[in-house]
Amino acid sequence: MSTETGDDEFARLLDDSAEDLYENAPCGYLSTLPDGTIAKVNATFLTLTGYDRAALVGKRTFQSLLAVGDRIFYETHYAPLVRMQQGVQEIAVEIVRPDGGRLPVLVNTKATTDRRGALAFMRTTVFDARQRRAYERELLRARQQAEESEARARELARTLQDSFLPPEPPAVPGLDVGAAFRPAGGGDLVGGDFFDVFETGDGEWVAVLGDVQGKGVEAARVTALARHTLRAAAMSTRSPAGALTTLNEALRRSGESRFCTVVYARLLVREPGAVSVTLAAAGHAPPILVDGAARAVDVSGDLLGVLDHPVLPEAQLTVTAGEALCLFTDGVTEGRRDDEYYGEHRLMALLERSSGMPAARLARHVVDDVVRFQRGTARDDIAVMVLRPVSEPS
Amino acid sequence: MGVIDRNHVTETGSGQPMLFAHGFGCDQNMWRYVAPAFAESHRVVLFDHVGAGRSDLSAYSPQKYASLDGYADDIIEICEELDLRDVIYVGHSVAAMMGVIATGRRPELFDKLVLVGPSPRYIDDADYVGGFSAEDIEGLLESLASNYLGWSSAMAPVIVGNPDRPELGEELTNSFCRTDPDIARQFAQVTFASDNREDLARVTTPTLVLQCSDDAIAPEAVGHYVHQRIAGSRLVHLRATGHCPNLSAPDETIAAIRAFV
Repeated sequence: MSTETGDDEFARLLDDSAEDLYENAPCGYLSTLPDGTIAKVNATFLTLTGYDRAALVGKRTFQSLLAVGDRIFYETHYAPLVRMQQGVQEIAVEIVRPDGGRLPVLVNTKATTDRRGALAFMRTTVFDARQRRAYERELLRARQQAEESEARARELARTLQDSFLPPEPPAVPGLDVGAAFRPAGGGDLVGGDFFDVFETGDGEWVAVLGDVQGKGVEAARVTALARHTLRAAAMSTRSPAGALTTLNEALRRSGESRFCTVVYARLLVREPGAVSVTLAAAGHAPPILVDGAARAVDVSGDLLGVLDHPVLPEAQLTVTAGEALCLFTDGVTEGRRDDEYYGEHRLMALLERSSGMPAARLARHVVDDVVRFQRGTARDDIAVMVLRPVSEPS
Repeated sequence: MGVIDRNHVTETGSGQPMLFAHGFGCDQNMWRYVAPAFAESHRVVLFDHVGAGRSDLSAYSPQKYASLDGYADDIIEICEELDLRDVIYVGHSVAAMMGVIATGRRPELFDKLVLVGPSPRYIDDADYVGGFSAEDIEGLLESLASNYLGWSSAMAPVIVGNPDRPELGEELTNSFCRTDPDIARQFAQVTFASDNREDLARVTTPTLVLQCSDDAIAPEAVGHYVHQRIAGSRLVHLRATGHCPNLSAPDETIAAIRAFV
């Protein structure tokens, strides 16, 4: 009891009445019949909107005060919600003033039901939302801009990536060349994987496949450097180790701290059905030769961009029709599911089973299998290139 | 995912099937005061259009739902999946025209058509009065955008991904009428840009048109137009005002439908 007396005492300090509280509440107040007809309205609402009481009460519905777009929203969202959940909150609409100007407001509505549960009338509060709406428009604009620049960045990443990975390897007479690539995750970051196949002389070709450490713009810069340096170096030296040494020097002198692994194959396609291959692998997994059984070519060397004088031994082999040489990045063997790696054995077993496939299909088959192993999401970029000598020019 | 989950199909009762389709804005809850009245005598089937309510949002395709035909296809698929025959189709608002398209395409599936607040075209065109201008529809799109500010795609799973815990969705304010803002935007565009006046003449199914008083979305003249273009259709004026008699005057709506079926 004492508390109530106390409350009354405080209330008495204010020159306040229920009537005044309603009329001059800090928000507009409307009571409407089920069809929206305005039955009662407070002074704050009239001041806010510029309407006369006589023009509203019994004459207008609340929804008729709204801009047309908002009126559709009222009929399709607002009114149904009031009937279904006895009210709505924080609906943003614009009230059209008598002079045609628009007032952005936020409204809350609470439904009052009769004894049978039918809608008797609605009480609606109306808050001036001019500043809030201006701010929200800023936010919306900012979000649209952010989405646009994200789309542009993705586009740029894709364009860059495409330049590192020719979608269609060139047609090499006497050799079936196929490649496949799958970017890590959603593919919105440029990866460091690259491959290239180009001609250096009559019947002389070079196939390279490499991996620059890291991702993003920084890695992309090094990837571009590596790819173009190897193309240029291949014209002045026939030795894979020589070309890779040139790239190592270029990396060392560029001041880049990123390292790079590359497998470099010089291909001599002089007679049908046989390709003579000279290989070097700088810090990179050796290619796998499939001649019935699959085995890794015995070649390994230091990675590039770290040492002044990397050791880069070369291996020599002949690949004949019916056989296949498979180059791949570590995204294949290090594909992981829980604690288990995809691994070289799984790759070799797959290549043995599928060695009859054309090069492009076989490369795609390997990539798909690694992605499937990782339950559909690639943790790292996966690049695969397959070279198969053919006896008949197609 | 099957049709049943895709469209969150729910059913009660047995007998001749009645298929209730909701319009633009909310979901199958729009029929909550009307559909139960028919469950004693009919097999009552409710569903959400893809993109609305508890439908599978991942089934939404901007290409498929670029016109009302995609929605009409879904209606036919629901009939086939549940093996519904002699269907009494009850469509509110834009779903009325979906039913017109579906019955025009597969008349043998349908026994009767009830169109609640139909409009074959919302935008005025030469002599035709739909009630809206193209600018009005722009205004609606803005209204939608400003009322979906709080939406993020992260909320979608909360609303649609917990069919076994519906209270999670209910907690969200205004949840019956919430969906992904991009989908709501396209549905609004498709709805208000639709022009199905030609389809009306193809209807051979006995049709009831329910016209509300003072309906801002589907004015009286539009109801008359639909009635005139569908041969043999019956037009009933409801005393109910607004666009949703299924919510504002369920008893009157039930009585009108019952008298027809």
